[in-house]
Amino acid sequence: MSRLVKNLLILAGLSLLILPWFRIYGNFWSFEWLSFNIFQSEEYAPLLFQFLSFERWWLLPVAMPLGVAIAQLLFWYKNEKIASNIQIISGMLGVMMIIIQSFLVGDFGVNYTVLEIIFAEDSFQYGLGMGAITLIYAYLMLFANGIALKGFMKGDVFAVTCLVVIVFLVLVFVFFPVFNILIRAFWETDTGYSLSVFFDRFGSPNIWSINCFSDSAICGVAWSTFFLALMTALSTTLLGLAFALMVTRTNFRFKATLRAFSVLPIITPPFVVGMALLLLLGNSGVVTQAINTIFDVDLGGWIYGFWGLWIAQTLSYTPIAFLVLIGVVEGVSPSMEEASQTLGANPWKTFMTVSLPLMRPGLANAFLLGFVESMADLGNALVLGGDYQVLSAQIFYSVAGASSDEGKAASLAITLLIFTLVAFFIQKIWVGKKSYTTVTGKGDGGIYGKLPTVVSSFSYASAIPWAVFTGIIYVMVLLGGFVTLWGVDSSLTFTHYIDAFRIEFVHNNLVATGVAWDSFLITIGLALIAMPLTSCIGLLTGYLLSRVEFPGKSYFEFSTMLSFAIPGIVIGISYVVAFNQAPIDLTFTGIILVLCFVFRNMSVSVRAGIASLSQLDPGLDEASVTLGSRGFRTIRKVILPLIKPAITASMIYSFIRSITSISAVIFLVSADYNLASAHIIGLVEQNEFGIAIAFSTVLIVVMAVALLIMQYFIGDRKVFLRNKK
Amino acid sequence: MSTHSTVLFNNVTKQFKDFTAVDNISFEVRSGQLITLLGPSGCGKTTTLRMIAGLELATSGQVIIGGEDVSCVYAAGRSVGMVFQSYALFPHMTVMQNICFGLSDKTKDKEETLDKAQAVLKTVGLKNLEHRYPSELSGGQQQRVAIARSIVTNPKVLLFDEPLSTLAAKLRRQVRGDIRDLQRELGVTTVYVTHDQEEALAISDEIIVMKDGRIDQMGSPKALYQYPENPFVAKFIGEANKVSGHLEPRHKEKDECIVFTLAGQDLFSGDFLKQKNALNKACDAFIRPNAILILSEPSPDGYSFEVKILSAIYMGSFVEYTIEPPWGSELFMIDYSFNEPCKVGSLIHVKIDCRGVSIV
Repeated sequence: MSRLVKNLLILAGLSLLILPWFRIYGNFWSFEWLSFNIFQSEEYAPLLFQFLSFERWWLLPVAMPLGVAIAQLLFWYKNEKIASNIQIISGMLGVMMIIIQSFLVGDFGVNYTVLEIIFAEDSFQYGLGMGAITLIYAYLMLFANGIALKGFMKGDVFAVTCLVVIVFLVLVFVFFPVFNILIRAFWETDTGYSLSVFFDRFGSPNIWSINCFSDSAICGVAWSTFFLALMTALSTTLLGLAFALMVTRTNFRFKATLRAFSVLPIITPPFVVGMALLLLLGNSGVVTQAINTIFDVDLGGWIYGFWGLWIAQTLSYTPIAFLVLIGVVEGVSPSMEEASQTLGANPWKTFMTVSLPLMRPGLANAFLLGFVESMADLGNALVLGGDYQVLSAQIFYSVAGASSDEGKAASLAITLLIFTLVAFFIQKIWVGKKSYTTVTGKGDGGIYGKLPTVVSSFSYASAIPWAVFTGIIYVMVLLGGFVTLWGVDSSLTFTHYIDAFRIEFVHNNLVATGVAWDSFLITIGLALIAMPLTSCIGLLTGYLLSRVEFPGKSYFEFSTMLSFAIPGIVIGISYVVAFNQAPIDLTFTGIILVLCFVFRNMSVSVRAGIASLSQLDPGLDEASVTLGSRGFRTIRKVILPLIKPAITASMIYSFIRSITSISAVIFLVSADYNLASAHIIGLVEQNEFGIAIAFSTVLIVVMAVALLIMQYFIGDRKVFLRNKK
Repeated sequence: MSTHSTVLFNNVTKQFKDFTAVDNISFEVRSGQLITLLGPSGCGKTTTLRMIAGLELATSGQVIIGGEDVSCVYAAGRSVGMVFQSYALFPHMTVMQNICFGLSDKTKDKEETLDKAQAVLKTVGLKNLEHRYPSELSGGQQQRVAIARSIVTNPKVLLFDEPLSTLAAKLRRQVRGDIRDLQRELGVTTVYVTHDQEEALAISDEIIVMKDGRIDQMGSPKALYQYPENPFVAKFIGEANKVSGHLEPRHKEKDECIVFTLAGQDLFSGDFLKQKNALNKACDAFIRPNAILILSEPSPDGYSFEVKILSAIYMGSFVEYTIEPPWGSELFMIDYSFNEPCKVGSLIHVKIDCRGVSIV
């Protein structure tokens, strides 16, 4: 009996006879469902008894293709061609049957009245459960095996299975929910789906009005968001360039400190900068009060609105631009500049005609990144937005507010999506291909030329004050947690930390009674669960993209990167809408949060995988194969040990990004599964600044420790990359 | 080592999207032979090698190794050994671990595995280095590890993909000799890819010259050098001057002979010209640079001619000349004598040794 048949039989047995077909309410791992009354319990019954005992006859076709495939494999196995055809067809049919039946019958009855003729009037079903997942996996495996038999991807069953499963997951957890939210924009309870509904909403003057140019009215939210994003992109790119030039091209003494700055946004939850800015420049901020007492000028709440948002976003995203641009600046080969100098150009001319044009694609890249980050930013918009309207916050309020309007949210989401996708496409198609990086792997001797005085003074003049400002902001974060009541009572205290993280003896038991514990532990726990999953699926995708040839690869790459371009708030709202009913009912669970983490952060792991694999000689895999390794052995024995640093890095980043994410998860948290970031935003809204800041500081420390652990492991690596000759 | 196998290609084609890398080729490698796939870059030689390895599958045609049709079998199932251009040694494993990689993982076979590895290490002369990492070895040593790793599994065929290209020029000559000796000792059927004709001539039992995905000519090194079947092979293997003229009969005293003539100048005569059915038709002669001999005075048989020296490059053991013959154009010539180099611009007499000429 081949391994395939064995695996299929096991999976079929599990899903048909043992695992509950529907989701269960309660802890799956308590195995309560594993008892002899699976015949009687509608909730726990596996597939077979769902239609035998509970007359869910629509589930019958779901199991049939598997039966056919197994029978064929066991009894009529003649030639590979027929076998592969049967496997492909039954695999596809099986998955399609599961999808179709789940749209026919919902939580509250059949979805199409015609079906009431066939099925009982009170037919209904819960969301899909473990049994269904197992069966879907069996079908995907069958399908993958079928196309591998046909020679797809060099017949590598393991790679094909990975590809099929990843494509399926991305379709279900990225494309399906986003598509689902987008069609909401066309739907209204009274009229159903119609184009006019969409155009009414999408064309609303609230979004697109340009009246602010002609009279004193305010412009549409799309334009104000766009304007803010442009300004943020501009300022972050310029500052990032200044930092990058200073670190690589000058003799500035504190380069190492500046480099450390680039780590800050990675470990800073997105709203923390906004909060710290309030402590400094808000109504009761240090600077505001000082100016008030010295000059007797009331500055008012100028920080709430465009200026505050701009400053906060520039603070948050400059380090990202710096990170991108430092690579770009270093990528300009010194010999180019030397060539220019030997041709008689002075530093100014060299910089303007050689160095800067060579950096242009990198600058465009940094600009677009800043643009997208600003567009997608929800944390600062909630804390500092004031009257200045931005799309992300508007989407939030149109769902979270008193009058929840999913249609409006959907059309706003489309608007936001259009902006970020256009930026993403420009980045991919135009900038991505026009890279002038001159790093060839060959030792490129030479010393960087001198920066023209104008440029170096610009760098110093902008970067140093900004670095000091950033430093002050982080000092505020640190101090904020120790001040009793900011702006009113500035005595130092530990109350906030104690309130947040108190542990008491109650009846001789240690009990965590601090308000932050619940969400803190849930956050860490879920982030830890998501960490290996993200890393695994991301690195496997990276492996497929960089090592295996298959048709449609560029689309596959594009779709995995797309999840990066979809703003968190759009993902969040689409998860809420898509996964709150059968067939996928995950509301109020931790699973939905983990899934959100995994598919939001996957693209980082994909890139880490591609980057480290492209440094590995493909000959290594081929050598392993010619030495007789089949399937997973090459990955396990050759590739995994060599990309250990990438694995560690992608795990830590996924962990950190899970903790700092806010926009994607703010709708997904529930009483049982509250996350730290959402909790802190809630504290800010209740004006509990002290605890909020104390909590944020602890999170930053946790993430900094995680980063240090990563540094330790990667610094320790004993990996020898191919020596390029 | 066990008996090794033949490799047989039957009308094999490999297509990548709309590009045909290998176009309907057939050849056979006899057991124990070392054959070389030779050709310029992009000629399909590496693709052919990869099809033997099973790293690529043929789009159509049959690949037969040791009598077994492996056209649809991927690399892991083929029992071939391959030495990669980059050696592809696993950098995270020691020499020993690298060599044992292709052998059984099972604990019960551990002793046997180690014995085999030790034996191979001895064969390639790497004793005492088994605990080093590849990065701690020299280029030549790395290569020997790569060879050891690929022969330890006792493959049916051993494949080399330009194994000398990363070595320093001086080391190449020695390593290629080592490879040849080892191959003879093991008697393993070997396919070797290179773009260096000198390397191919030095190492092969037989050479397959490839161009644009097709086989141009195959044969022993001597046959290819002396009797190239087409201009490409003539120019690619060794260097050659192409001269267009035609063959004419001449009567000298009582013998009839055939001469190669061009612009009224008889260049050379030889008995081998009689076998060519090209009398009075235009044909091309390919003249090796060292077949042009410098004379101190015109030769009495009338085959010598006067040329002008356009350039002379002193190379130590020989002198390279570019000369202008009476019919115009240029000829490239190498003089291995110890004579003082001739001056540029001077006129000298030369003649052609017909043993260094092939008519195509």
